[in-house]
Amino acid sequence: MHRGKGMKFVGDSRVPAERKPNIPKDYSEYPGKTEAFWPNFLLKEWMVGAVFLIGYLCLTIAHPSPLERVADPTDTGYLPLPDWYFLFLYQLLKYTYASGPYNVIGAFIIPGLAFGALMLAPFIDRGTKRRPTQRPFATGFMLLSIASIIFLTWESVVAVDWEAKEAMGKIVEEAEIDTTSDGFVIYEENGCINCHGDNLAGGSAAPSLIGTGLTAEEVADIAKNGKGTMPPGMYKGNDEDLGKLAEFISTLEAK
Amino acid sequence: MLNKIYDWVDERLDITPLWRDIADHEVPEHVNPAHHFSAFVYCFGGLTFFVTVIQILSGMFLTMYYVPDIKNAWESVYYLQNEVAFGVIVRGMHHWGASLVIVMMFLHTLRVFFQGAYKKPRELNWVVGVLIFFVMLGLGFTGYLLPWDMKALFATKVGIEIAASTPLIGHELKVLLAGHPDIVGAQTLTRFFAIHVFFLPAALLGLMGAHFLMIRKQGISGPL
Repeated sequence: MHRGKGMKFVGDSRVPAERKPNIPKDYSEYPGKTEAFWPNFLLKEWMVGAVFLIGYLCLTIAHPSPLERVADPTDTGYLPLPDWYFLFLYQLLKYTYASGPYNVIGAFIIPGLAFGALMLAPFIDRGTKRRPTQRPFATGFMLLSIASIIFLTWESVVAVDWEAKEAMGKIVEEAEIDTTSDGFVIYEENGCINCHGDNLAGGSAAPSLIGTGLTAEEVADIAKNGKGTMPPGMYKGNDEDLGKLAEFISTLEAK
Repeated sequence: MLNKIYDWVDERLDITPLWRDIADHEVPEHVNPAHHFSAFVYCFGGLTFFVTVIQILSGMFLTMYYVPDIKNAWESVYYLQNEVAFGVIVRGMHHWGASLVIVMMFLHTLRVFFQGAYKKPRELNWVVGVLIFFVMLGLGFTGYLLPWDMKALFATKVGIEIAASTPLIGHELKVLLAGHPDIVGAQTLTRFFAIHVFFLPAALLGLMGAHFLMIRKQGISGPL
């Protein structure tokens, strides 16, 4: 660095007028095969990032993010669950000595000890040895924690009926239904109502009949011949009623 | 042309040392997957940062449509998901990114832990890293409420009940989060929105700045 007299500046600023060469540092004398981060290694990192991004985008396209029906605070039958990475903490609160009167143990003492120990790990594991095999306690406790997290998450996941849970949160399309119309009466008499529901919105065994986009002929065909898990021959009435039923269903539109 | 613009600016502001300080550093052999394939474990931290950047960008686009009130929140998310061009992709990236960032951060934490890389002189960086982990979990928890669908509301109710069971400060903590002693509703949503979009990201950026400053100052830990 230039010191003392003879310093030159750009105009009246404090920026030195003398230009420094814009060249990367030289790492050739460093031990091993050291590489410059800029630009050599950064390019490789970008390639890893690009591959990762492709996987990420495939995941995004293959599985659109879920959206359940709008929150309804009056629906007390809904089974609440946190996002998957909180399931292990949630599961802990279901065990006898970690819930109810012992809630403090499950909600604060156990997680507090675990996360506190994680945060203070460098001050607990103070030896100079770094290899996992030379630190049996640190390695052991961490493996135990990972095993517990996996176990608790697993226990939490298998306890849930995911299909029922999905049905609980499903967005329901509602339609104005005239329950006195011929179509609805036939719908009821033929037992369609048992699977497709009294609001025609479907259920766990059958899809919604609202806004299907099908013509009356197509609906009549499905009623007679079935589709998917619906067996043929479900409709047992006469053809005149079938026409009315098909007309009724094909004109149902969501509100 | 670009060079001339660069020189013009550099002559006046002397910017070369600014970015050279960031750009010029060594990548030792033992962390370079080109030399040792097993060194891919060193990628997890960088990938966490990469997903974080994607979260910030996709989140910025989501707020162009999202409305944080109980009447419109769900409607705006539904619109974003079904009507807006590429809305399903942007929301999908934010949704999956939230999970990926937890996975990558978990792997990064395990790498540092099992290598004993947190030992002297890197204790402080480990503590800051664990704080980043907590902030990320907080972002996950607050972001879960924002679509205002069934799972959002009921998961948040449970979360707030757990917060309310904190000894001594439980009630205060609950009111602070929910905005009301009994109702999880409009106030809760705006609070969670503010926490998710302003408070926690600010904390996150500060902590990440400290995290990166320390790693540059100390250099990466040596081979085992």
